[in-house]
Amino acid sequence: MSVIQALDIGLAVLVLAVAGWTIAAREAFASVVGYVAYGLLLSLVWVRLFAVDVALTEAAIGSGVTGVLLISAVVRLRRTEVPAAAERPGILLRILAAALCTVVAAALAAVVLLMPDPGATLAPEAASHLDELGVGNPITAVLIAYRSFDTMLEKVVLILAVIGVWSLAPDRTWGGAAGPRRIARPEGALAFLAQLLPPLGIVVAVHIVWVGANEPGGAFQGGAILAAMALIVMMARLAEAPEIRRRWLRLALIAGPAVFLAIGVAGFVVPGSFLAYPAGWAKPLILFIETFMTLSIAATLPMLVIGPPDRPPS
Amino acid sequence: MSAATLAGLTGAALVGFGLYGLLTDPHPLRKILAFNILGSGVFLLFGIIARKGAAAGFTADPVPQAMVITGIVVAFSATALAVALLLRLFQETGRATLDPDASAKTPDAGADG
Amino acid sequence: MLAMALALATTGGGYLLVLAVIVPVIGMLLSLVVGGRHAERIALALMPAGLGLSLAIAIEVWVTGQPLVYILGGWKPPLGIALRADGFSAVMLVTAALVIAAAGYFARASFSTPPELAEKRAPLAFWTLLQGLWAALTVVFLGGDLFNLFVALELLTFSAVPLVCLDGRPETLAAALRYLLFALFGSVLYLLGTALLYGSYGTLDIALLAYRISAEPVVAPAVCVAAGLMTAGLLAKAALFPLHLWLPPAHANAPAAASAVLSALVVKASFFLIVRLWFDVMPGLATQAVTTVLATLGAAAILFGSVLALRQARLKLLVAYSTVAQIGYLFLMFPLVTGGHPWSAEAWNGGVMQTLSHAFAKAAMFLAAGLVAEQLGHDRIAELRGIGRAMPMTVFAFGLGGLSLMGLPPSGGFAAKWLLLQASVESGQWAWAVIMLAGGLLAGGYVYRVIAPTLASASVAVKAPASRRREGVALALALGAVLLGFAPEGFFDLLQIGRPVAAVALR
Repeated sequence: MSVIQALDIGLAVLVLAVAGWTIAAREAFASVVGYVAYGLLLSLVWVRLFAVDVALTEAAIGSGVTGVLLISAVVRLRRTEVPAAAERPGILLRILAAALCTVVAAALAAVVLLMPDPGATLAPEAASHLDELGVGNPITAVLIAYRSFDTMLEKVVLILAVIGVWSLAPDRTWGGAAGPRRIARPEGALAFLAQLLPPLGIVVAVHIVWVGANEPGGAFQGGAILAAMALIVMMARLAEAPEIRRRWLRLALIAGPAVFLAIGVAGFVVPGSFLAYPAGWAKPLILFIETFMTLSIAATLPMLVIGPPDRPPS
Repeated sequence: MSAATLAGLTGAALVGFGLYGLLTDPHPLRKILAFNILGSGVFLLFGIIARKGAAAGFTADPVPQAMVITGIVVAFSATALAVALLLRLFQETGRATLDPDASAKTPDAGADG
Repeated sequence: MLAMALALATTGGGYLLVLAVIVPVIGMLLSLVVGGRHAERIALALMPAGLGLSLAIAIEVWVTGQPLVYILGGWKPPLGIALRADGFSAVMLVTAALVIAAAGYFARASFSTPPELAEKRAPLAFWTLLQGLWAALTVVFLGGDLFNLFVALELLTFSAVPLVCLDGRPETLAAALRYLLFALFGSVLYLLGTALLYGSYGTLDIALLAYRISAEPVVAPAVCVAAGLMTAGLLAKAALFPLHLWLPPAHANAPAAASAVLSALVVKASFFLIVRLWFDVMPGLATQAVTTVLATLGAAAILFGSVLALRQARLKLLVAYSTVAQIGYLFLMFPLVTGGHPWSAEAWNGGVMQTLSHAFAKAAMFLAAGLVAEQLGHDRIAELRGIGRAMPMTVFAFGLGGLSLMGLPPSGGFAAKWLLLQASVESGQWAWAVIMLAGGLLAGGYVYRVIAPTLASASVAVKAPASRRREGVALALALGAVLLGFAPEGFFDLLQIGRPVAAVALR
């Protein structure tokens, strides 16, 4: 057994152990911390699967932003743990559930082991059109060209999630802001980091979006980094979240899907098909769309994390 | 056993763990965590499919990878909506339970959150 | 092969499919930005446009006799995504447009922004969520790619769940959270299934997958596992017994217009996908054993749901449990359609007719129940005596809807049941016929439970006279359910267009 294989097996065991801990831990807080660690370990598994774009996204969104969301939630829900534990289903039901889950997992494992190698793939087809698009990263090509309708719909899903979260506000705070209030002179390590990191984060994010056309990267990863910077600044109380009634915030939220739709509809006219790109214009259009997508994601993710407004508009 | 097969088996086990947590843990926040683990297990299965589809000079099939990226974002927004609902429910009733009949407001419900 | 080539090329009227999808999306985005009372105006202004588009699609499908296809971005499947509309899609689109338009006009009174405020929470959320829901339904009915349909299902869930708890009452919050968790459970199982299908065939396009799956002599185990997982997930979202627990509190406690749309359309979207999966993608898998299991669950839903409906104290909960029961009817069509027998076409028509007539009837009943609740301040069935005098149009609308649910002529419900009963008798599967008749009797029971006291001559305190327009909307929907009973032969021809079992029989 080579070193790499031993590392792989060790990583898999670690991932399963932390996941098991997340499910089985008594305290919700321990469970959430376990989940954040799990997310980071999972990014390593993705790197081993040679899916670097996915690893970046998992680390940034799956573990990072989700982690912030869950930690702030679990702290507020501390008091509900004991009453909830009283509603645990009986031992018989749990054994039945465990049996069902084992059957499902076993069926999936069997399918995995029986999978042909090499398996069915669309890689050759994806590769064949990269030249006409002028794009080097095939995942960007899939997201913004071949299956752009999926990506466009997914931006709409994000917006609906924001509207859904906002709709949970009490009537009197509608239009206001959420999150911590601004302090005039914040101190401490977090404030220091919040002044140091954002400029770096913005540069890194822009680089990742720009480079994403040819290397691993793209709008989702860059947008998530920008969102993280925004969250750090808000959590350090250097700035407040914008009020949800602000027109510029709403424009920032819809910029991504709106630009996507506009270019898609223009596609009806010029290349003759919705969401098609005219020959030779594909790469600039793709970068244009990705820019606005990054803006939208950077606006949407913090809104989802800080939740519905909790103070009336000023 | 290649890294991809190992990841696929890990994914299968994670699906089992996540499903168990989703079905049995009564606290909604733990259900949400379990749903996330279940989702990441499903994504790993996409990942092994991508790796086995390495061809044409790519180390992995890009189409399933793009689907996973889309899925991660969708799963996050689902988590955000669920957490916001749960926090609001706690704010209104002082409890975190899925039983619609147990919705009486407790005296110190408004003190938190 | 000709069928395959047809399924992968954009047809003449295909652009209509794209327009049908983007009109509600543009409306939703615009509503969010301009906000305030303009959101309502945009939503209501786009409804006739959407209705026009869906009618144009239906007419185009009928005239050409072929499904409409649009290849997005010019990228052909398996790499790209296609939109397709067959007869079933077209009629579901028209039904969705009509029910949403009706719910929208009905909801103007409850979700208008008062003049002194620039924007209010519930109205803005309602009008944007409604348009999002409409966009999601359109993509579900037109989508030709399984992963695309997953994103559409998520879109649908995120639109529907906040509508349930829109008025902020604590019991609606718990119901919404439970609905969300069930829906997420369903989505993730569905996604798992699509992973396995992609791994086996390298595509998620419905037409291509169908071709590749049927080309193999033996069904791969991965396909069986995928089918099981996806069906389980979609059944949870369609609230088929025993995964129906989330539906009654969610649908009963939502605002009336939202309940109408939820019961009439949202649960049907998951059923639509189950039909697509079993009859389009893997018809070879639909053995008698599997379809009998589905139909047995449907039978259990009919009996269980109807009996529980009889025992409810609140009107809206009764209507919600009635939805649980009526969804069961939809699954009775599975063992009758599979196999390409002479009675399959009848059973297909019956199943689709049941979907449509239930949509109109249930929407009418929820709107009527909403009006009653508003006027009386409560919806306790025990205290409904005499409202027939105060609100005759509302009670009549409820009664007409109930007529369709019971399957009495003339109504769409009767036409549906008649077709299904015929198929059931012809195929020798008598059990389903007995279940359907029993279900009709039970439905009669709970409808009677509501209507009988209302016709009594007691006097009842009504808060204010009900708006004639809103009563008219409920009545119009109920009349829609009745009019379906008079559907001409051409209507059933439309339903048969693009029907996959016919395609299999041709090969």
